[in-house]
Order: sequence, then structure tokens, then C-alpha cells
Amino acid sequence: RTVSHGSSGRLRGLFLVMVLVFLESSVFTLAFASSDQHSPTTAHSDGHKATDHGSHNNTGKAFPVLDLNYENVRVPFEISLWVLLASLMKLGFHLVPHLSNIVPESCLLIVVGLLVGGIIRGTGETVPPVLDSKLFFYILLPPIILDAGYFLPIRPFMENLGTILIFAVVGTLWNAFFVGGLLYGVCQIGTESSSILSRIGLLQCLLFGSIISAVDPVAVLAVFEEIHINELLHILVFGESLLNDAVTVVLYHLFEEFSGIGTVTLVKGFLGVISFFVVALGGVLVGVLYGILAAFTSRFTSHTRVIEPLFVFLYSYMAYLSAEIFHLSGIMALIACGAVMRPYVEANISHKSHTTIKYFLKMWSSVSETLIFIFLGVATVAGPHDWNWTFVTVTVILCLVARVIGVVGLTFIINKFRIVKLTTKDQFIIAYGGLRGAIAFSLGFLLEKDHFPEREIFLTAIITVIFFTVFVQGMTIKPLVELLAVKKKQEAKRSINEEIHTQFLDHLLTGIEDICGHYGHHHWKDKLNRFNKKYVKKCLIAGERSKEPQLIAFYHKMEMKQAIQLVESGGGIKLPSAMPSTVSMQNIQPRPPTKPAAERAIPQLSKTKEEEIRKILRTNLQRTRQRLRSYNRHTLVADPYEDGLSDLFLKKQKMFQIEKKMNTYLTVPAPPPDSPTMCRARLASDPQAYSIKPALNKVPMIQVDLASPQSPDSVNLLDEFGQANQQEEEEQGLMMKPPSRPREGKKPGEEDEAKDQQKLMRCLSDPGPSADEDEDGAFLP
Amino acid sequence: MGALQSLPGRPEYSDLAEKTGFSFEQIGVLHKRFKQLSHNEETLRRDHFNEIHDLAFNPIRAQIIEAFFDRRNFHQDGEGKVQEIGFEEFVVVMSHFRPPSDHMTEEQREKTRREKLRFLFNMHDTDNDGTITLEEYRHVVEELLSRSGTLEKETAKCIADAAMLEVASISVGHMEPDEFYEGITFEHFLKLLDGFEIESRMTIRFLNMDTTTLCK
Repeated sequence: RTVSHGSSGRLRGLFLVMVLVFLESSVFTLAFASSDQHSPTTAHSDGHKATDHGSHNNTGKAFPVLDLNYENVRVPFEISLWVLLASLMKLGFHLVPHLSNIVPESCLLIVVGLLVGGIIRGTGETVPPVLDSKLFFYILLPPIILDAGYFLPIRPFMENLGTILIFAVVGTLWNAFFVGGLLYGVCQIGTESSSILSRIGLLQCLLFGSIISAVDPVAVLAVFEEIHINELLHILVFGESLLNDAVTVVLYHLFEEFSGIGTVTLVKGFLGVISFFVVALGGVLVGVLYGILAAFTSRFTSHTRVIEPLFVFLYSYMAYLSAEIFHLSGIMALIACGAVMRPYVEANISHKSHTTIKYFLKMWSSVSETLIFIFLGVATVAGPHDWNWTFVTVTVILCLVARVIGVVGLTFIINKFRIVKLTTKDQFIIAYGGLRGAIAFSLGFLLEKDHFPEREIFLTAIITVIFFTVFVQGMTIKPLVELLAVKKKQEAKRSINEEIHTQFLDHLLTGIEDICGHYGHHHWKDKLNRFNKKYVKKCLIAGERSKEPQLIAFYHKMEMKQAIQLVESGGGIKLPSAMPSTVSMQNIQPRPPTKPAAERAIPQLSKTKEEEIRKILRTNLQRTRQRLRSYNRHTLVADPYEDGLSDLFLKKQKMFQIEKKMNTYLTVPAPPPDSPTMCRARLASDPQAYSIKPALNKVPMIQVDLASPQSPDSVNLLDEFGQANQQEEEEQGLMMKPPSRPREGKKPGEEDEAKDQQKLMRCLSDPGPSADEDEDGAFLP
Repeated sequence: MGALQSLPGRPEYSDLAEKTGFSFEQIGVLHKRFKQLSHNEETLRRDHFNEIHDLAFNPIRAQIIEAFFDRRNFHQDGEGKVQEIGFEEFVVVMSHFRPPSDHMTEEQREKTRREKLRFLFNMHDTDNDGTITLEEYRHVVEELLSRSGTLEKETAKCIADAAMLEVASISVGHMEPDEFYEGITFEHFLKLLDGFEIESRMTIRFLNMDTTTLCK
């Protein structure tokens, strides 16, 4: 739709968005202004009551028809305004032509934050301290991390876990000590003894170093998402940003406590090392525990599908908070929780819940990220700042240098153990992608003024480093990636063949390792899988699905996806025009030589099978009858009430593509254009209708030859449909036209009926927010 | 340290090393393992493989064992199966799983890829006719699912059919309704697994040190 409007439409939209933003900013300033003018809430409400009483007593005073009471709604109102601003900004950026290609979104958002902060300051109000650490760590950060953890690609993560851990732990330690130590040296040596810098102690410098050295997951996500580099580099940098949280937490608390006390003992240092393991492993343990709980809970949700997503969110958030209680690494807990619960939860929940979880997570994390960057901008304007040229420039330079040296040095060691070595290009991207972000700022903000008189210097330096990395590195990384011709992300093919061969290779390599006689990591992975299958899955996955092998689960998922896509694209895929050149089932089935050209293959069905099919069709049609009243494939072309022809055109295009893809996965060739009953069954844009598949055993093709008068059984069928027919007299499409063209029949798949029933159960048991079937009308295109 | 003493006749290893690319230490370790598996005999037979306890859980065990006795994997342009193999054939088959060396030209990398994919292809193509027919592919999928507990013959067939369909679409593209797709040839197989990065995925770490005493 947007495309067809053309550039004038975009500019118009942009203008509207700007107006909205302007309006909103003015409301903002008004809000701030008015909130200052009003006396404190209690007095105000007293005053209000007084005026009420007054108005009662004083019959002469008019009843306030329109009254202004801002204080009551102030806080939620302001929160909503901020979120609205963030969302409008996001809209606006994509309407401005070319802007989003040059500048990454994070930069633009920081600029917006600066502007808003500037406006607020310009009107004379004090800028609210929006990037409050509590708000950041408990509200803004968790959705982003959960989104990352839930959708973490486990396979590449585990394969590169060693590398990621080394970068996260050793790399961050190196960065912290290098920056902190050298900064202290510079402060002592490079400046006069009376300057403020020389009063910064070693511990404070080390603390600063540990805050500034951590790669920030929010910034990395924001920037890397737009450059689409290959999976390996993405997971390396991103994994590092996630796992270094443990190191940061430990170092931060360690140095903070040391600076408070003032003395360092060896025992304390040793305890620090131990506490690192406790923090990291403890966080993971907490996450795993909550993950298992969530998986177990989801096993019983088959009757209350509506709240399934809520469990996922609640358990994850509680894992985060529980870890924070004990000062363990909340981020690692969240990641562990999401990653652990995902395979089991997804096997248990309905398709709609899965979609809900996905979209809610994306929505929350997107809004959070936007807000974080805007608040960074606002907080920059808010200050307080203490600019010190030496400190800031030295910090920036040291950060860069430390990162480069760290990455190069570590890669040299790591490459000795890796099969796929990291090239220089890879190293450059890893080093360049070490962005700092809001976590560093929030940690700095948490510092107490009494222990750290130089807090403002630190904050200024942190903000400068963040700005530098986000603006300079963020903006230039995309052209650099192009320039260096770094391998980009391959389009996710995820074909069934690759899945088969992935599994095959896994078993093959495990077997070879066993023959060779050494227990390599394939062996242990295989052992873990077997343990998982034998014990864990039985506990955590409901019903039959606990026994479903991965390959079959994958296949079903693909089929389901294709089916839904097909149905959402507008129903019947076969157009009256000639069939596009795709390979279909009959091409690969070995045919007996006496078979005639693919006109009408007579089904070799047993009576029972036919009966099953009929039963399924019957139930299908009964369900779909109500929904199809206004939409009929045959009147699609001629129906004047249907949406514009352009829509039609797009749908046809989509149908072509989907048909092509469909033939890959569904073992059914495209149905003929005039098997209306079958088309009907699939027109209902509800997976339930589609996933019922008649079970066959022999022939891939089945003719449900409805109009043929020969077989007596088909007459019955006709009657059934005759009934349905009467109810929809205006749709002549339901007529049983004798098939005139070569029919390749329709059979959505060969599967056991039991499986179908169970699948049906899963779909049926999720009626959506209301049990009313017509609710699904929203799906109809 | 015992590794050095258990390397008899090092000159024998040099042409093996050259042929397969293993280092001397790795060949020594493999030789020790060979002796362990074959109970110090000169040749390995199928029942020796069957004795390996860990292999019992592997669903494609039979195919892996067959791969060792398949002449096509010996790099000698032979065909058919043998009943027993010597150490040289053992090492040659193992060499298919060597990680790619650090400095390889594009050509060498391509050659390694073809070699590894050829090994996989031979594993699937049991009747040695140069194509993987639908029946053979179905057999592969069935074997993969054979340890899953439930014998999902129907679904295995479905999956194999869908996979075959995909290969046909990718390789041939356009087919008339009455044409017949014979089977996956090696070229189609190459095209199919193009993005698979087989040269780094189909590798195991061969150790320079002897850890066979640590496990069965």
C-alpha cells in the first residue's frame, strides 16, 4: 500500500508525523510547566475538596462543567507521551527517504533525545532525570535481553561458545585493567598534582575502566541488525556483549566495595575471582530453573491457551529479578531462561500463542531500545557535566586501542583451537563492533557522589565514548562492511534437505568419533541429546509431542507455515491460466509403464480410506460454511464488492510464488482450478481447516471425483455438499462442475489420521480470545 | 610420551601421510586404535565394528560401517564392497574428515568439498548406480528416524518425497507433467548442498596425542 502511494504520500506522511511530534513536544513542555505551577498533590487535592465544599455551600458558584486536573494522571500521562514520542520517531525515520540507509536508527534517536532535552531546557524547566538506573535496569533492559535470549540461535552459539567466552571474559578483563591502569598513570603523571585528575585513585580508575569496557548488547543489536553480516560474526560480537555482563557485574561491585573501604587484600582479590564464577554460574542456574518451571507450566496450558504468552514473560522476568536479588548476573539468567524454555514451550503452546510471544517480544524490545536511545540524548542535556579534555580524549583513545589489541591478541590464541579460523577481516569487524551503550551510562549514574567526587567527570567521559562509538563507529560500519566485502548473512533457506543432512552429519560425525576412539564434542552433544529425549522431554512436553523426533517436528512446522502462507494469500492457488513450470509429485514418483498421460489417475483407495477422507471433508466443510459466505474463489474475478483490482493483482502474484514454494513442501501437486469443495476447505483461513489431511497409503494422488456419476459413493458426497449448497445459493461457484481439465487431485499430505487429530486438537483447543468462530474472520483477506 | 615408542616403521607412514594429509602423530594414534579394534590382527572386519559399544545408539550405524568397506571411498577408482580392510584403507576413509588446512587455495578448497560430498553421496547411493533414487532417499530418512521410537513410516515417506521434490525443483526447475526425475546425481547433490559449508562442518578433530586408552 505504502509503495503505491509514491513519494508524495511519504512526504505527506512525514509532514503529518512532524506535526504530531510538534504537538506532543508542546504538550510535554506544558505538562512540565503546569506540574511545577501546581502546589504539591496533597495540598492540591485538599484545595480541590475545599472548592467542592465551597461550591456546595456557595450555591451561586457555577458547576465546573470543564475542569482541569492534571496531577492525577501526571505520571502515566508522561510515560505514555514518552512512549508515543519514541514510536512516532520510529515511524518518521522510515518515511524520510534515504535517511535510514545512511544513518543508523540509534544515532537519529539520540539526536531526537538531544533535541527534546534541548527544548525542555530551552523553556526553562529542569530536564527530568529520565535515565534513572532503576527504570533502566528493571523496565527498559529486560525486554531487549529476553528478546535476544528467546530467539538466540542455539546452534551457532554453542559451536562458538569457547570463542565467545574468551572474548567476553578475558577480553573484558583486559579492557578494564588496561584502560583503568593507563588512565591512572596518565592522571598521575600527565597532570599537575593540584589538578582534580591527580586525585582520582587507582581503584576509581579501575572502576571506571570496568564500566567503560563492556560491550553493550543494546547498541550492538541496534547497529548490527541493520548491516546483516554473516551469522558467525554476529553471534560472536553479540554473544560477547551478552556474556560479559557477569564480568562487568563482578568487577563493578568489587571495585565499588574496594573504593569504599579503601584497602585491598589478597584474600579479597581471591574472593573476587570466586565471586565471578558464582555470579556467572549462579545467574545461569537461576535462569535454567525458571526456564524449566516455565516449560513445565506450559505443559498444562492446553485448556487456557490465552494466557500462555504471559507465562513466558512472567517466568523470564522473575528469573531476571531473582538473579538481581542475589547480585547475580540478571542478563545471563534471562538468556538462560529464554534459551532453555524455548524448545519445550514451543512444543506445547498453540500457534497463536507462539505468534503472540514473538510479536510482543519484538514490540517491547523495539520500544525499549528506542526509549533508551532517546533518554540517552535527554540525559546528555540534563547533565551535570564536567568536561575535562585530557580525561575524555585519553579515555576514548585508550578504549579503541585496548579493544584492538585485545581482539587481535585473543584471536591469535583462539585460532589455534578453532577449525574455522578467524580472518583479519573478521577481527576487524569484531574490534570495530565493540560498541558501548546505555548500560555503561546507567552503571556510571549509579555511582554515589560521596564515594566518587569525580562522578561527573566519569559521566561525561562515558557519554563521550558512547557517542563516539554509536555515531562514528555505528555510521561507518555499514560502508566498511561493504568496502571490505565481508560475507553477508545468507538468506535463511532452511530447507528440508539441509535439515536432513544436518542430522545425518551429526550422527555420522558422532559415529566416526566413536570409531576413532576419542570423546570429542560430538559425542557429548549426542549424549546430551539422548538424555534430553529420554528424560527431559517426557517431563516437559505434553502428550504425544514428547516423542516427536526433530526431523518430523521440523517438517510439520514447514508444512504448517506453507499452509498458512498459502491460505493467507487468498485461497486457491491454481489460476485458470497454464500451470507454471514447477516440478510436482508425479515427476518423481516412479510410474508403472502402463500409466496413461497424467489425466485422471484412478485412485486405488480402499473403502475405509475413502470413508475417512469423506468424514474429514465433511467436518471440514461444516466448519467452514459460515465463514465462506461472502468470499468465494469463483466470484473472485467478477465480484464487484471485492477490493480493488490492484489488490487482486498482488494476490495473484503472491499465489504464483507461493505455489512454487508450496510444491516443495507439500506432497500435493497444485489442485485443479475447479475442485471447489477442496478449495473451500482451504479457503477458510484457519489452520484447523487446512491441517486435516486425509490419510492415504499408496498413491500420492487421489481423485475425489465428486461429480463423476459412476461411483455410487460419490453420490452420497454430492448430497452432503448439496446440503451445503442450499445454504449458499448465491454462490454458484459451489456447483459441482464436471472436471474437464486434467486433475491432479488434491491431497495435502500423507499422514496418519491420529496425528492429524492431535494436530487438530492443538489448533482447535485454541479458540482465541473468544470462542466465537467468526472471530477468525479477521484473517480473511 | 608413549606415543613415540608406539610408532613402528615410520617410513611406512610417510607415504600414508602424504596421501592423506595426516601428521605422523595422528597416523600413529590411528594405528593404535586400528590395532585395538582389530584385536591386533592385520585387517578389520564388519564384526569388529559391531563390537564398538558407543556405536550401538547411532541410528545410521549400518551405513557408517558400510562406508568403511566401500571401495569407492578408497580413492582408487574401485567399486563394490570388500569384506575386510587394512590400515591403509582405514586411514584413507578417515581422511575424509580431516579439517581443511589453514592455507588452502580456492581450488584445493573446492576439491576438498567435492571429496567430502562424494563420501556422503556414496553413503546414500547404496546400489552404486550414480544416482540417489527416491527409494534410497526414503531409506536414508527412515534410518534417521529409526531410533526415535515410533516407526513413522508414513511421515518418513512424506519427508523423503518433499525433499526429493525440492532437489528436483532446484536442479531441474522445469519439468513437464509426464517427465520423470530419475534421481539425484552427484552434480545435483553438489548444487543442493551448496551453502552447507561442508568443508568445515564435516570434520572431527584428530588428536596428536593418544587418548584411546581413556575410552573404550
